[in-house]
Formats: sequence, structure tokens, C-alpha cells
Amino acid sequence: MSFWIAQFLTGLASAASLFLVASGLSIIFGVTRVVNFAHGAFYMVGAYVAWSLTERLSGAFGWWGGVLLAAAAVAALGALAEILVLRRIYQAPELFQLLATFGLTLVAADLVVMLWGPDELVGRRAPGFTGSIALFDQMIPAWDLFLIALGPVALGLLWLLFNRTRFGVLVRAATQDREMAAALGVNEKWLFTGVFALGVFLAALAGALQLPRESVNHHMDLRIIVDAFVVVVIGGLGSITGAFVAALLVAQLNAFGILLFPKISLVIIFLVMAAVLAVRPWGLLGRPDVAQRPPAATSARPWRPLGGAGRLAMAALVLAAAALPFVSGDYLVIAATETLIFAILAVSLHVLLSVAGVASFGHAAFFGLGAYGVALAVKGLGLGMGAALALAPLVGLVGAGLFALAAARLSGVYLAMLTLAFAQILWSIAFQWVEVTGGDNGVLGLWPAGFAAQPAGFYWLTLGLAVLVIGVSRVIMFSPFGYGLRGARDEARRAASIGVSPGLMRWCAFAIAGTGAAVAGALFAFLKGSVFPDTLAIPVSVDSLVMVLLGGVQTTLGPLAGAVAYKALSIWLLSQTQWSKLALGLVILAVVLAFPRGLVGVVNQWRDRWLTQRRPGHGEPP
Amino acid sequence: MKFRKTMAMAFAALALSGPAVTAREAGLSGEVRVGELNSYSTLPSFTEPYRKGWQLAVEEVNATGGVNGKKLTVISRDDGGKPAEALTVANELLSREKADMLVGAFFSNVGLALSDFAKQKKIVYLAAEPLTDAMVWSQGNPYTFRLRASNYMQARMLAEEAAKLPAKRWAVIAPNYEYGQSAVAVFKKLLSEKRPDIEWVAEQWPPQGKIDAGPVTQAIAAAKPEAILNVMFGPDLVKLVREGNARGLFKDRAVVSFLTGEPEYLDPLKDEAPVGWIVTGYPWYDIKTPEHAAFLKAYQERFNDYPRLGSIIGYSAMHAAAAMLRKAGSTDASKLIEAGRGLSLTTPFGPVTFRPADHQSTMGAFVGVTGVRDGKGVMINPAYRKGEDYLPSEADAAKMRPAGN
Repeated sequence: MSFWIAQFLTGLASAASLFLVASGLSIIFGVTRVVNFAHGAFYMVGAYVAWSLTERLSGAFGWWGGVLLAAAAVAALGALAEILVLRRIYQAPELFQLLATFGLTLVAADLVVMLWGPDELVGRRAPGFTGSIALFDQMIPAWDLFLIALGPVALGLLWLLFNRTRFGVLVRAATQDREMAAALGVNEKWLFTGVFALGVFLAALAGALQLPRESVNHHMDLRIIVDAFVVVVIGGLGSITGAFVAALLVAQLNAFGILLFPKISLVIIFLVMAAVLAVRPWGLLGRPDVAQRPPAATSARPWRPLGGAGRLAMAALVLAAAALPFVSGDYLVIAATETLIFAILAVSLHVLLSVAGVASFGHAAFFGLGAYGVALAVKGLGLGMGAALALAPLVGLVGAGLFALAAARLSGVYLAMLTLAFAQILWSIAFQWVEVTGGDNGVLGLWPAGFAAQPAGFYWLTLGLAVLVIGVSRVIMFSPFGYGLRGARDEARRAASIGVSPGLMRWCAFAIAGTGAAVAGALFAFLKGSVFPDTLAIPVSVDSLVMVLLGGVQTTLGPLAGAVAYKALSIWLLSQTQWSKLALGLVILAVVLAFPRGLVGVVNQWRDRWLTQRRPGHGEPP
Repeated sequence: MKFRKTMAMAFAALALSGPAVTAREAGLSGEVRVGELNSYSTLPSFTEPYRKGWQLAVEEVNATGGVNGKKLTVISRDDGGKPAEALTVANELLSREKADMLVGAFFSNVGLALSDFAKQKKIVYLAAEPLTDAMVWSQGNPYTFRLRASNYMQARMLAEEAAKLPAKRWAVIAPNYEYGQSAVAVFKKLLSEKRPDIEWVAEQWPPQGKIDAGPVTQAIAAAKPEAILNVMFGPDLVKLVREGNARGLFKDRAVVSFLTGEPEYLDPLKDEAPVGWIVTGYPWYDIKTPEHAAFLKAYQERFNDYPRLGSIIGYSAMHAAAAMLRKAGSTDASKLIEAGRGLSLTTPFGPVTFRPADHQSTMGAFVGVTGVRDGKGVMINPAYRKGEDYLPSEADAAKMRPAGN
């Protein structure tokens, strides 16, 4: 009995840390609608700053003061980032802010290593909470008891803030209807800055309060961010009480789950999310009306297929690309192959994100299904390269089709997070099922055969498939079916009333996107000669999203440009510097600030402006 | 100062534009080129000392005549910590930088990807740190050599010590991925062979890097084991030790722990370092052999810092690469393989030989008991275990490799 109580208390302590981070994220998302990927980075920086301060300041006041001071300092940093970066791009398409915060995360990850060095740092324990207390003959660390108390206290303080202060009233008003709040004269700018700083404060405080439990290191950011976001989604976006309940649920299920299944920690949080969203599509305490915004790709200017000149230009581009192996060495050809593969991946996500208006945070699922499809076909069924390349996309199609059926009730960020859960569950299967997948040691020896064994041959094969996939996606985009997709995206009700089923459209979009991503994954397997669970992991999903956003989510050629720019840059930076993340992050921030509509988006904007000036009297571009 | 310098370096690297800088001028026949890659950005606590180690080795090699009169040039890259990125980098080293052989990697999956790449591209790869047994056995190939004492060897060293303990009820805490799984599997098998009376009473498999140490500690304690096998390392180890100490998990219990004696993992814990754990590691402060003393002196003079295990690995790996190139007298892969088989050299840990049958070096490891001295974690009474004593015979090892390799 005493053991169960102790385990429960331990679970409560774990929940408190999780809640602090998640609450900040939830507040920021609720008001600003920013998917703050940098939340984990602020958590990490909070821990680092607190470590420095608590090492220097002496005494009990020094430690507690240092922790609070660190959280405040990082909150100021967060406010600065909001003013300098985010404030300029609130008008950009939804999710674009994700790109900016992703850039911030990359910068922070390298900066902390530069500033604090490569070693892990172990901070001092909190004065007054160093020992343990015997409860029912189980030793409970005093620090855990502090955290257990802190969770409800923080929840209570936040409740008071949001229900008993003017600031809180304004925040709630903006959460429910930000345009209306602005129309009533609320100064949105500073409200957003204040909310962002508050959220960052909570994250940094949570990071600083880890000092007595764990070491400060440069992996902390990515370890927490996904968990925090899942907790927010389980609880319901924008609901702080929901985040509290969700943190409690996740922590307790983990604490007791490991007794029955010692390996469950890897996926428990995603299993909980999938289960909760299946029953409650808006999270435990979330409301359906929150997060209703036009999808990212809704654009004032409808898309048009390329004209004659555009088609000629594309043909010339393909010819030029095909000539690459004649003028460059193997390395460049291999790097170009990889870039093309990611272009296929980005274009496939674009079909989902831009054409159908469905955000996905788990596109790696379909990429990985393609890659493991190849591994299975070659190693399991003994097929050759051609057959494997034909079979693998079907694996992606089946996976995407089944997933879309299961996710039919969801929309918006909830759906995006369910795709993340799907990808993570697949990842954990690939990771755990060592007999079949080799676990994280992967499947080796998948090298292409015949003409494709040479880098140039495989490059041409990839180029051919890229042209095929991109061409098909464009045909779909501008076919009547594509108009149906876009109609269901922009006006679901009107589309339904003329007989275009938004649900069916979305299912089709998933199937198409999944197949395309699987083609990319299959090619990737042969390019690398091996498949690892990494192909199913979060960084692939993030990269694909970044590529589409970078190119311009409201454009048709954006993903192509974004993929080429992002992948080529990251391959090049990796070979140039150890600080490739810092450099890539700075480039992304620069692009975000300079071109808030993405690389292709800005070109379109310039062209429109130019056309408008040339023909006075035609206010609207043709 | 350090920050400004690194920033300046980062920006300088950015400012330099592509081909003019990186493309190798043709006709540099007066040098031998080694392509080196490791997880510099992902795991700097290990790879920074590792880099210093190989830099020292390169300086020593070139100061004493290079490789048969040719200058040893190392082209070093970050492998991004992921197999796929490492392969991109390996391609660059091979086809653009014209590397004659590859050295490096930390993670087992990166090492395996590189070893398969080496086989495909017919270039010799010397794995420095990856521990997985698959590297030289079930996935072994002629092009791959491995320096570090493998998972199996370290498990066998620890199992030998564990068998001497009176404990009968054992519990396991290990990271939930291939390294943790195979370390536990080998340890269990070897220990149970020596001690059939042993019972395995509990297991916990937290995800690597994300241990929720409180519940894990409680769950292990609830099984009332007499001894614990730990395979967690890095930030997970810190959390486990802190929670375990606070909850009295390690009190009156024997603990056997992989890698914990390495300064990379022991030093961050400072005075909270565990006491009385049986560990493998690198007690640089207590190794009195002349080989090590010479290395220590040179390293400290050059870098004004003490070596970590990474330093030893980087230093020995680059000397091994140079010795292989020297003995081969050529950069031809088949000649290099011939030279590598049975190659002997002296490392700071003493003489090692790359076994002809499986290309595993006989570099050993130090086994000792942890303690705290002057507020720092140390290994007490460390003893060097020679690698050859803990490997299966060459005939047995050869049978574990795929046919034809």
C-alpha cells in the first residue's frame, strides 16, 4: 500500500513540472495562435541561466532569488523575441510563426553550447529541500513535495490572474475572439507581448526548477517541447485547467504504467493523446469554437496553372537538372538527389497542407512507411529495386488511408497533433520491434542495383520520379477534383451543399499525400542504402513543414523552392561548420522577417505589384 | 573570450564560399587524407575531447615524418548524430575530399550505417567509439575495423565482477534502445552462466534521454533487489543518481554500471557521484604506465585540460589509422585491409592488436569502484582489463560474421 502512495506522489511531482511548461505553451497558443516551437528552448535557457545565477549567488536567498531572476530574465528575452520577430508576422499565414520559433530554437541550441560549454552542468539542490522525508516507510525527496504543492498553487495563481485582474479579462477576451477584442480598443500588441512573456516565464521557471533533479544540457529543449505540446492538446488548447488535468493523467499513467510495461514510457504520452482525441476531438476541456480560423493556405488570389512561358521555364529547369551529372562530381549529384527527394516530400505535404488545408505535424509517418516498405520488400520478400519502389508507395497509401479514416472527426491543430501521435507510434514500433526492423540499428544493405548503382543513374531515376510526382500533384491541383479539394478547404459548408463531401476530399488528400511521401521515403532508403527509425521521427516532420512554409504555403511552387533552399542549405552548412544549427536558424529568421509570405510568396507579391503598376486602372491582378 | 572566438569561427566558416575553399586541389600527392566524422554538435561533451585527442595524434604523426614521408591530413566533419546525415557527409569526404579512409562516429547506428557504406564503396572505415557488437560480428564486413572495447567485452568484464558478489536478486535499469538492450542481454547471459542461482526480479526501460527517474527508482526499489545493473548514462544517469540517492535506492545494494567511470559521465555529478558502484571507465588520474604518462603530459601541455575518455579514443584512433596507412604503404583499400589485420600499436592504454578474424581491436577498459575524492567522483583501485581476455576466440568470432566476410 505504502508503495502505491509513494508512486502516486512521485507521479504528482512529475506532473507539476510538465504542467508548468504546458501551461505557458497553452496560454501563448490560446491568445496569439502561435505554435511556439521555441517553448522548449526557453525552458532550456531558463535552466542554464538559473544554473549560472545559483552558482554565483550564495545562501538560500541566492538560490531562490537566482531561480526567479533567471525566469524573469528569460521572460524579458522572450518579450524581446516577440517584439523583434513574432510581432512582425502575426498577419502571415497560420503556422508561419512556427517557422520563426523553429529558427529561434535552432539558434538557442547552438548558443547554449557556445556560452556554457559542452559539458552537462549539475546545479545545487534547493536550500531547505535537500533531504528526503519518510512517508509510510518510503523515502520521498523533499523537493518532490515542494513540486507537488507548486502545481496546484501555480494553477490557482493563474486562475486568479485570469479571473480577477483586468489583464486576465483582456487575455480571455482575446482568446475567444481576438478581432473583436481589438475592435473594442484593446491594445493587442502589448497584450500579446505580455502574454508571450508570461508564457515564457512559466517555461523558464519550470526549467530552472529542474536544477535539483537533473543536469542542465543542450538536449533539454527538444526533450520537453513535444511532451508539453501533447499535454496542451490532451487538455484542450487554451485551457489551463485542461493542461493541469492532462499533465496529471500522463504522469500518473506513466508512473503506474511502467510497473506493468517497463518499456511503456516511450509511447505512453502519444497513446494517451490518441485515446483522448478519439473520444473528445477537442481535448479534455477544450471547446470546439477555439482554433476556428481559416486554414493556412486560404489566399485572396486563386491559383492558376502555369502559362506557356511558365511551362517552358519548368521544362528548361528539368533539362538543366538532368544535365547536372555531366558537369559535376559525385558528391554534388548525391546531394542533389537528396534535395530532390525532399522536394517530393515537401510537395506531398503541400497537397495536404495547402491544397486541402489540413495541417500535419507527423508527415514523417508516410515517409517512414515508404522507407520501411522498401526494407520489407527487399529484405523480407527478396524483391529487387524496381518492385520495391513500386510496392513502397502502396504502404504509404494504405497507412494514410487508414489513418485518415481514424482521424475523420478531427480538425485543425488537433488533427495535426494526431498525425504526430501516429508518426510517433509508428516510430516506436520501428524502434522496438528489433527482430523485424533491427531497432535503432536499422536495416542495412539496401543499395540500388543496375544502372542506379552509380550516383548519376540514381539521380536520374529520382529526377524522373520527382517530375512525375510533382506533375501529378499539379494535374490534381488544377483538375476539377482539385477545385473540389480547395472548395472544401475554403468553404466546407458550401462545398457540401453542392455535393462535394469535405470528409471524402480530406480522405483523398491524405491518401495522395501519403503516397507521395512514401515515394520520397522509398527513394531515401535506396539513396542511403539503409533505413533507420529516424525516418519516422519528429525532425523529418518538422523539416517537411519548414520546407513548405519557407517556400510559401499560399503558393503552388513554394514547396519546391522551399525544399531546394532548405535542404541544400542544411547539407552545405553541415559540411561547413559545427555550428550549422545556429547558421540555419539565423537564415530562417532572416527569411521569415524579410519574406513573411515565403520565398515564392514574395516573388508572387512583387509580380502582382509590378503588373498592377503597369496597368493602371486594374486594381486587381489578373 | 571562448565565446567570441567560437562565434568568430562560426561566422568565418559561413562567410567562406563553397567550392573555392573546399574543393581539393588536384595533384596533392604529398599527403595522405583521412576523412573523419563524429557527432560534434550532438554530443560535444564526448566529441570535443575526442577532437583534441586526434589533433594531438596528427601533430605527433606529422612531427615524426608523417606517413612514410607524406603529410597526414585530416578532413573533419560533423555527422549530425544521425545515420542519414552521416552518410551524406561520408559521401562528401569520399567523393569530393578524396579521403583515403574514414575514421570516427559515436552512435552505434551511425557506425553501422558507415560500415555498410564502407563495404558498398570499398573504402576502409575505422570505427572509433560505437560499441555495438553487430559492427564486427553479425553485420561485420572486411572494410570495417573497430577500436573501442565493445559492448560484449565491457559486459563480460562487469559480469566477472558481478559474479563475485553475494547478491542473488538482480534488477535492471537500461535505456530503451539497441545499446541498452544488447548490454543487458549479454550481461544477463554471462552472469547467469557463472551464477545459475541468480534471479532477475525487475526491469525498467526508460527512453534514452527522457527517464522519469522518480517512478523508475520506486519501481525498482519495490522489487527489493539485492543488486542493480545500470546502463543509463549522460543526463539520465544524473537524474537516476539524484533520485536514487534521495530515495535510498542504492543504500546497502550493490550496483554494477556500464561506462559510469568515464569522466564524461562521472565528472558532472561532482560530490553527488555514487559511491561503491562497480563500473567501467577511465581513471586518468590513477594510471601510472609510461605510455599513459607520456600521453597525459603531452595532452595537458597542448590543451591545458585533463583528458576524457574521448581524448583517448580520438588519439588512439588517429594513431591506429596512421599506423595502418604506414604499414600498407599505399592507400589502396585491399592493401589497407591487409595491413589492418593483425596490426599492433601502442596506445595510452598499452599495446593493442586488431584481430585478423573480426577486425576488433584488443583495447581493454578499466574496471573499478566509484568513490568521491576532494568533492569529485573518481574510480578507486581501477584495474586495466586487457581486451583479448574478454573476447571470444578468433575462430568463434569468425563464425559469427556473415559468410564471405
